[in-house]
Amino acid sequence: MTHALPHPAGPRGLARRGALALLVLLAGVLGGCATVDKAPADPWPALREARPASVLVLPPINNTPDVEAPGSVMAQAVYPLAEAGYYVLPVALVNETLRSNGVQTPADAHQVPIQRLREVFGADAALYLEVRKFGSVYRVISSDSEVAVDARLVDLRDGRVLWTGSASASSAEQRGQQQGGILGALLQAVIEQVASNFSERNHQVAGIAMRRLLGAQGPRGLLPGPRALAATAATR
Amino acid sequence: MTRPAWGQRGLLLAAALMLGACASPPTTLYDWGPYPQALLKHLRESGGDAARQAALLEEQLQRAGGAARAAPPGLHAHLALLHTQLGNEAVALRHLQAEKALYPESAAYMDFLMNNARRAAREARP
Repeated sequence: MTHALPHPAGPRGLARRGALALLVLLAGVLGGCATVDKAPADPWPALREARPASVLVLPPINNTPDVEAPGSVMAQAVYPLAEAGYYVLPVALVNETLRSNGVQTPADAHQVPIQRLREVFGADAALYLEVRKFGSVYRVISSDSEVAVDARLVDLRDGRVLWTGSASASSAEQRGQQQGGILGALLQAVIEQVASNFSERNHQVAGIAMRRLLGAQGPRGLLPGPRALAATAATR
Repeated sequence: MTRPAWGQRGLLLAAALMLGACASPPTTLYDWGPYPQALLKHLRESGGDAARQAALLEEQLQRAGGAARAAPPGLHAHLALLHTQLGNEAVALRHLQAEKALYPESAAYMDFLMNNARRAAREARP
């Protein structure tokens, strides 16, 4: 490229404009990536100290009339926990092992002594889930799906409560507010669902609630697990 | 070739910086494929079609074979469960081994399951 087109502003003007753009870009770099770290105190010192690597998700207790709630919530717990960097014990297989050992209901599972859970499953921590809301809420014109879940992470080595959390999601969220990112896209998918397939819509809303609950974000969210930290370190 | 003006070079540098600084690792740690759906089928519809689920998951494993991202935690173990239901004990054992090799965190549970399976096999043929 020997014949560069003469720039109307001349080379000096170009340089000045380039410098200006540089400043704008730098501001973008500083502003765009800034993580506001104003959490005054660590809300989960026990979790930071215990550093669990593996999580046993126990069958959720269902406090709703919908029989599909526990299966849906248990299945939707796997993705956010694993992506947060924890090894998640295979939930369907865990279910089978519990059942074939006489633990028939989620309430029974939540009563199993932690030493026994540790012995059989070898997990560092267990996640106890309770489904507070699941399913359709009928309104005058339309119906919405709502899911709300409470969670408690317990260290199976010493019984300490490492973390607690609650989250909910509703298919009504798209009305009146725009949400960006992955959750926004998921919500959009919920809206576009054929409204007659309530079961599928409930399951998708459960997916959003569980990502909020276990997504390792926010000041009171779970801390990232060892496999997420390893992946971050590997890309540096 | 004319040397790019200082501003232009700075601009390029800044752009590179910006792209580099915000670059995040691949959007997900794992290649999930049909695994979440298979889990749902199993947990909510008490099993579903084990043969079909196993075929889907195995297809997914083969597709992901050369990829950098690993099979998600539990995928091999879930395949072991499906193959146990289908009566393919040997294949099930292989998948339990694979889960243990890929995720050492699962070792205690996988050993528990493999010991149970071997004991059951011994008792089946006296």
